[in-house]
Formats: sequence, C-alpha cells, structure tokens
Amino acid sequence: MPRDTAELFGKPTPRIDGVAKVTGAARYASDEPVANPAFAWLVTSAIARGRVGGLRLDSAKAVPGVIDILTHDNVGALAQPPAQMDGGPTTTTLETDQIWHDGQIIAIVVAESFEAAREAANRVEVDYVAEPPSATFDSPGVQVEPHKTTEDSKDPAKGDAAAALAAAEVKIDARYSTPTQHHNPIELFTTTCVWDGPHLTIYEGSQAMWGLKANVAKQLGMDPAMVRTISRFVGGAFGSRGGTTSRTAWIAIAAKRLGRPVKLVATRDQGFTIATYRAETRQHLALGASRDGKLTAFVHEGWEVTSRPSGYNVAGVDTTARMYACPNIATAVHVVHADRNTPGFMRAPPETPYMFALESGMDELAHALNMDPIELRRVNDTKIDPVSGKPFSSRSLMACFDQAAAKFGWSGRNPKPGSMRDGDWLIGWGCATATYPTNIGPAAARLAVTPEGKVTVQLAAHEIGTGAYTVVAITAARSLGLKVDDTTVMLGDSSLPPVTVAGGSNNAATTANVVYKACEEVRRRLAEAATADPASPLHGADAASLQLKGGTLMGPTGASEPFKAALSRVTGGVLEVHAENAPQGSKPGAVAGLYEGKSAMVRGTGRENVTTFAFGAHFVEVRVHERTREIRTPRVVSAFSAGTIVNPMTAHSQFMGGALWGLSAALFEATEIDRKTARYVNHNLADYLIPVNADVPDIQVLVVPEEDDQVNPLGIKGIGEIGIVGMNAAVANAVFHATGTRIRDLPIRAESLL
Amino acid sequence: MRPFTYERAGDLSEASRLGANTGQGQTDAPVQFLAGGTTLVDLMKLDVLRPTRVVDISPLGADLAGVALTSRGLHLGALATMSKVAEHPDVRRAYPAIAESLSLAASDQLRNMASLGGNVLQRTRCPYYRDPSWEACNKRRPGSGCTAIQGYNHNHAVLGVDENCIAQYPGDLGVVLAAFDAEVELSGPSGARLLAFTSLHRPADGEPHLETNLRPGEVITGFNVPAGAWTRRSLYLKVRDRSSYEFALASAAVGLDMDGETVRQARIGLGGVAYRPWRSPEAEAVLVGKPLDEATAKAATDAAFAGAVTHGGNDFKPELGRRTLVRALLQAQSLPVSEAS
Repeated sequence: MPRDTAELFGKPTPRIDGVAKVTGAARYASDEPVANPAFAWLVTSAIARGRVGGLRLDSAKAVPGVIDILTHDNVGALAQPPAQMDGGPTTTTLETDQIWHDGQIIAIVVAESFEAAREAANRVEVDYVAEPPSATFDSPGVQVEPHKTTEDSKDPAKGDAAAALAAAEVKIDARYSTPTQHHNPIELFTTTCVWDGPHLTIYEGSQAMWGLKANVAKQLGMDPAMVRTISRFVGGAFGSRGGTTSRTAWIAIAAKRLGRPVKLVATRDQGFTIATYRAETRQHLALGASRDGKLTAFVHEGWEVTSRPSGYNVAGVDTTARMYACPNIATAVHVVHADRNTPGFMRAPPETPYMFALESGMDELAHALNMDPIELRRVNDTKIDPVSGKPFSSRSLMACFDQAAAKFGWSGRNPKPGSMRDGDWLIGWGCATATYPTNIGPAAARLAVTPEGKVTVQLAAHEIGTGAYTVVAITAARSLGLKVDDTTVMLGDSSLPPVTVAGGSNNAATTANVVYKACEEVRRRLAEAATADPASPLHGADAASLQLKGGTLMGPTGASEPFKAALSRVTGGVLEVHAENAPQGSKPGAVAGLYEGKSAMVRGTGRENVTTFAFGAHFVEVRVHERTREIRTPRVVSAFSAGTIVNPMTAHSQFMGGALWGLSAALFEATEIDRKTARYVNHNLADYLIPVNADVPDIQVLVVPEEDDQVNPLGIKGIGEIGIVGMNAAVANAVFHATGTRIRDLPIRAESLL
Repeated sequence: MRPFTYERAGDLSEASRLGANTGQGQTDAPVQFLAGGTTLVDLMKLDVLRPTRVVDISPLGADLAGVALTSRGLHLGALATMSKVAEHPDVRRAYPAIAESLSLAASDQLRNMASLGGNVLQRTRCPYYRDPSWEACNKRRPGSGCTAIQGYNHNHAVLGVDENCIAQYPGDLGVVLAAFDAEVELSGPSGARLLAFTSLHRPADGEPHLETNLRPGEVITGFNVPAGAWTRRSLYLKVRDRSSYEFALASAAVGLDMDGETVRQARIGLGGVAYRPWRSPEAEAVLVGKPLDEATAKAATDAAFAGAVTHGGNDFKPELGRRTLVRALLQAQSLPVSEAS
C-alpha cells in the first residue's frame, strides 16, 4: 500500500541536471569524447523512386582526407533493415539499390575531418534510374487500403451510426486535413560508434536504450550482450528517437571497417528524410445530435500517408470515439501508400491530428445548435468509456473547462462570430478538449543507499528533456525520507536495468512506480530488522507500519531511529536492491521481454476493468487583422488534470511546451512537398515555420487536482503529450469566432482568410 | 563547402583587383566578395556558391560604414550594419521606412553582422535555387529550366517574372531604396560611378543567372537617398505569418507628400511579391492629385498588380499584396508628421 502521494510529490523541484545542462557539462551523444574519430557524411538520394544505377566516386575519393565510402556494393550485405515498432516492414537504404523516397541514404563518406567528408559527399555523382513517384494524397499511383486491425486494436463501432445520423435533428458533416510535420529536435540526429574487440558501443540520442541495443544487434547478426547504447541526455525526441532508424548500423559497420571510432552528425535537412515524421491526414467527421445537444451519431474516418512498404498509421479514431457519450459510433482508417519515408511517432501521434477534426466539429455543432461550446461538452460528458463500456478511472474534463474558462474570462465572450474587435484587429476566442491515454510500462531499477543517506538510482530510462532525472530523484529521496540533493541518478545507458520505451507519456509513471518499489524494498528490510532488534526503539512494532521519513525510520506512535542506525543494522556497507515492476494489466513475460529490448506498455484503452485517460481544456484568443489577415495569439489559458503531479515545476514546462507546439501546429508548421518529384522543399528551420519569441503568447497553465488510485499505485498520469492535443482545434475555433470563416485545413495562415 | 582562398582587401583598388572575376552575380562566379557573410557563407555551406577565392572587404569598413544626413539627402555607407542604420536617430526620424525595413528584417544576430551592401544583394530564398540536388534552376544552372514554375511556389514572385524564373527578391531595404529614387555608389577597376538603385538588379528577361548590372570587380560603397517630403511621411509594412524572423509574404514601402487631403507625390515599393526590388510608378500615378481614401488606394493597388502572374502556390499573392498596399497607404496618410526638416 503506497504512502500518501501528496506527502511524496507535488513540491516544485528544480532539475537536478539543470546546472549541467546550462553550463554545457551535460554530455549529449555527439559530445561524448572518443579517441581519434573519423567523420561520416551521408549522401542522400535526389529522387524519390527508382534505383541507384551507379555511383561515380573518383572525384570524392580524390578529396584529401577521405578514407572510405560505404555503398550498397561494398557493405549492402552486412546489415538487415531495422525492425519497426509496429512490427511491419519499412524502406531499405544500402541493403539494396532501390530508392523508396527522397533523401534516402545511398552512400556514406568517411573522412579525417567533418569538412572533408562534407566536400567529398558533395562530389559524389549518382546515376539514377528514376521512375515517376507518387507524393501524397491524390497523386497518381498511390495505393489506398484499410489499415490493419488486431484483436487489441479494432476500429471503434457501436449501434447504427448511419441510421442515427440520417435521423439526427441537428448534424454536421465536414472534411478536415492536417499537414506533414517534422519533429526537428534541436539536437540533430547523430550516431557515434566505437568498437573494442567484439564489443560495440553506440552513442546515440534514444528513447529506447535496450530497444536500440537489441535492434542493432539483430541487424548486424550480433549477440545483444556485445552491444551497449549510451544516451545520457537527449536534446529533444518527441517520438523521433523511439524506433531504430537505418543510419546506426551503417555507422557501426563504418567503424568496424576502419578499426576506429566513427562519428556522424547528420544535417538539419537530412533529418527530414533519414528519420520519421508526422504524416499528413485527411479526415471525415459527421456528428448527429438532438436539439438539446446530446450526441446521437458519431462517424469519424481517417486517411493517412505512409511509405510503400509500411502500414504505419496512428488511427486516432480510437481516442476520438471515447471522448463523448454517444450510442452510435462508426469509424474507419485507411493508409495511403506513397513514395515517401516511413512516418513514425510524433508527440501525441493519434490525438494531435484526429482531435483537430473532433474538436473543430464539436465547435461547429455548438454553433449549429446555438449553444455554448463548453455546454455542449458538458451535455455529452461521460464517466463511462462509450466504446468499451468500462468506467474511466477518473475524468476531470469539465473541471478543467470550468476553471480555465473562469481564468480566461469566457463569460465575457459575445458568441456571434466577428462581433469582437480591437481597432483593426478582429478578436476571436476558442476552446477545445485536450486528452491523452494514461499508459505505463514495465521497468527494472537498481537502487543503492549508504548509511549516510546517499542514494544512487540506476535505470536505463531516458531524459528526453522532460525532467526524467529529477522524477527519479524525487521519488527515491522522498520515499526513503532522504534528500533530493543527496541522490544521484544514472540513466540512458543499456548497461543499466531496462525500462520500456520513453513513449506514450509513460515515463514518469513507469519510472516512479519501479523506483518506489525499490524504496519499498529498502523500507521493508530496514523495518523488519528494526522490529526484530531488541536494541531498537522500534522493537516489536508491526514492520508494515514503519515509514522512512525525515532521515529516520519512524513508527506509528512517533518512536524512531536515525536512518543510519536502521541501515547499519542490515549492512555494514551499502544496501543495494534490484526492483522489477510489471504494472497491473501487463501481459505475461512483460518484464522478461524488457531484457530482450521489447517495449510493452499497458495502454489506457487496454485495461481489464477501467479506461484511463488524462483530460484538459485549452482556451485561446486570436487576433486577425481585418485587411491583411495575419493571425496573432496574444494569450492562452490551458487547464489539465492528470492525477499525481510528481514535479509541478517540470510539469508546467511540459504543459506549456505542449500548448505552444499546439499553436505552432495550428498556425505555422507544415513540411511542403514538391508534388511532381515527391521531395520535401522546406527542410530547414528558416522555411519550416515554428513560433519565435514574438509569437509566444502569455500561456497560463492551470493544474486541476485529481486523485486516481486505479491508474497505478502512485496515481501518476503521463503529461508529456496532452498539452499539444486539441490546441490546433482551439485556434481554428477562435479563428472562426473572429472572422466567421471555418478553416478545416491546417495550418491556418493569412492566405487562408483572404 | 569547398576549399577556397581567403584574401583581405586593404583598400578599394585592391578589392577591385582581387575581385576582378566577381561577375554579375552568377552563381558560378569564381570570386565572391565577403562582408557580413550572412548570405554568402550560408550558400557556400549548402554547396550552391563554390567560389575558389573569397575577398573579404570588411577592412574597408572604417571608411564605408558612415551614416550622414544632409540637406540633399541621406548617405549610407555600404558596410554599415543593418542594426546600426536601423537604430540611427536621423534615419528613424527622416526616413522611417528605411529604419523599419531594416528592423523588421532577419534577426538581431543577423542584423548585427549583415552589411547594407550585402543586404541589397541577398539572393533569393527559392528552395530550388538553394539546394543543388535539384537539377533544374535557370538561376543556378543557366538553361537547365525552372522547377518552381510547376513546383512548390508559395512564396515566389508574381511581378517581374518570366517563363524562365519566378524567384522572389527576398529583401526589405531594397524595396524602400527602389521606391525612394536611391542611387548606388560603385567603385571598380575603371573608377567610381553612380547607378540608379532600380538599375542595380537586372530584370528576369531570360537570363536569370545574371543578377545585377555590377561590372566585374565593382564594389558597392554606399547609397544616396534623395531628400523629399515623402521620406518623412513614410513607412514599411511587412505582412507575414510569423511575428518576426520571416521573409515577407507581402510588403509595401510607402512615402507620401500630402497637400492637405490631396496626394502631391507618392513613392511606392513592393516586396515579397516581385522578382527584384519593385517600384510601382503605375500606382504612384493613380494617386497624384487625388485625395487618398479607400477608393483611390484600391485603384492604386489594382494598378500596381495589373501585371501579376501567378503559378498556383502563390495565387494568393496579388490579393494579399493589394491589401497590404491599401493598409500601408492609409496608415501612412494618418502618420503624425512634423513638416519641419
């Protein structure tokens, strides 16, 4: 039985790695010092479909300092493609001469210097055998098919949605689209490989230390025990570093061929094509309701672009169908195969695009009903997951709406579109629901504590910028009654106990629960020894009732002894425990699978008795110039309710950063594709727009307290992704309120409103 | 980036001698002048520009970085930084459009490095120009074709384009200089000369690889912007999706000389929409002698965009350009301006 979580958590705590980060002492993967490295540069394809007919390398080889050039011809047989997180196939690189997409790796130059490698790569001449490519939706040659469903992931369906829609008193029926987007973490995609005899060490920013290790070992036909992956700090991941991509194995092979370390720092533009991205979607949404606003029909269909071989898709209808009470549900998802790189996870992969349609549609329905959009959500709020019939473990959606609305001043809104203005600027206020499923994964951790109260916690978890080191330190120190400042945390190394992939916002729940379990083991051993020792003031007490608090082992009556005395009774040196946690609902073998690099998660929709989600509400003000139609966003209020908040300080950053990215997804971000050649054209941070400081509005984040003892023992819901969800719709709804124009295609730009 | 020889020019004659092969802005010119480097180094890293010799003219800055306001007008040294001119009190007071065009451009870091001479020569942001993996680009590889015309042309030009190139001139200051009758001071192997600013950039006219009318070895040493009643009542309006650090979707430089409600003279430049720094004498002519109101402003903008040619992605530009100019004209009319010089 866990301690009162309010006693453990909720105190704003600065990042324990903050000083290291701002002083440059924190080592990101490419900062790791290696002896005498050679430098790699990727040569990537300038066509999207065809084959490499030949490579003319003489000019490149003549560049002083060039050591080696890897091509299909000389290394293609040495590695298999990396396994995909979805289990399906993906595009190849040097394994064959086939070109699947723009910017595919077709050769790798290795040289004595970064500059020589770059120059030589620019001098590689490629003879292509080109075929006409298919770029995206509506391009000739794309193949459309229903996405694959499994017993665990069926498309939500209930009742007779078509009939209910036909009979609905009020309905909306609309099509929406969301664009291609790229993560663009500020840390570029890098890989450094070092061999020591048969042992391979890979330094690479990763969200899956053990997954990367197992996957690369398999690609190279090695025993995974011979591979170590290190990624102590990650400069942003957002899903882009969850799966293994092609470059890693080739850099390992380059290092092996040379007998010296090889370092690759891919360029910003290469990052658009050698890693993953959020694919563009098209969606159809139809909602039927009675006059009082109660939903009677829900129809949501999606189309998603993917590569030729991969069936990757995000199928966000699995979330949207659960948002509101509705007796009739029909959903479908299709994949559209084009000559593109394979997409992948990007912050709230299903929810960001699919909640845009639902939450825009809810606003349209509210307008059609002449009803306040908050009230429409209230009328359809539900404590029961409408798809599965299971209760939500907790759902504070309307509390989030009400508190954010009050803070925002929503009651002062004139609902008539175009009715509010300030000089030449039209003002619009919009809102939308945010949500994200609550997931948790299996994990292992090692914890050592000295009599002086110095704690070391080790696990192969991932600091992707979220504050993971601090979450672990807080959990360990507070559970042991010791100090955060006396706690050392080691993460990001596959030689440490395995943790599931840092995805699906599971990290805080996963790591805190396993570390708590380790601390509980320490407490148990100290308590059992103390209660058995006649010399202890706690002698004879019930060991289960003892707690570690304030540097002591304390009984329920107030009797206590110093931590040092309690620990020294058990060991003269250091007490170390190894804990493993399989969260409730885990499939058999989940923990064993961790050691094979498998990532298993208990999902919010995959629990036996409950459905687990976190909820929130966004409110945004937009201003649109009446003539030139630029859109500005002076203020945002967002409220979230997500169970136990481990560290309110870093949680605030997560919520705020998510809301800001949501604004960016609504107004700025889109990867543009040359339709004829299926090539990206704005693959840099000048032309791929993201907000600058002047665009960053006043973002106020509210946290609505919530206790949920069903999600996991510590009541933690993930918060890494929920912040982005729904903000795109809130902005679109605000633009409609400002102008009377409903924009259903993102991003919304001045030209959308001319 | 490819290896190159770096040389520093100690004086103008040395600059002209070392820069004898700078050409007329051809991408493959073997010699490039380096000042702030904010466009040159960028394009060298992208392997677009591959000079074998880079001639650094920043040592000339001591003589060529001045800002002087006289009764004849404003003189700007070519090596003055964008930030210095943007913040200069005389410029802000007497030529607000110039100050605004500079402070709305780029970022603080870039404005601190970039020179005025380099700024007006900034090369297009056309993605097909800036990435040599695209085969067809008439500006980069003469005669190879234009990928943008049938490709992604969201921010490409609609004025002054031809069937060979629709690249957009990305700068801001140049738009104001074109509107304000500025002239460019040049120094070259055959001595000094003056050129109308509107003649500095060549029209598309089938040879987009030739960017300027500079002669090989010529260095821009400064700009003269004549005095006129319109410089004081002037502004630069830049419309873009992002609040800062973005090239214009459409911009307008407007200077007005008003006689009460009536326009005595107007100066109108357009940015974000044209192949080169664009002045619209057609729009100016519509306004002269008329009261400035919504109707006359719209008539002027219709004249300005009468020759616009669009290519799909930039279909929105003429309408946004017209709206931008109407807004700029009406805003300039209502500026509080003291008539004293």
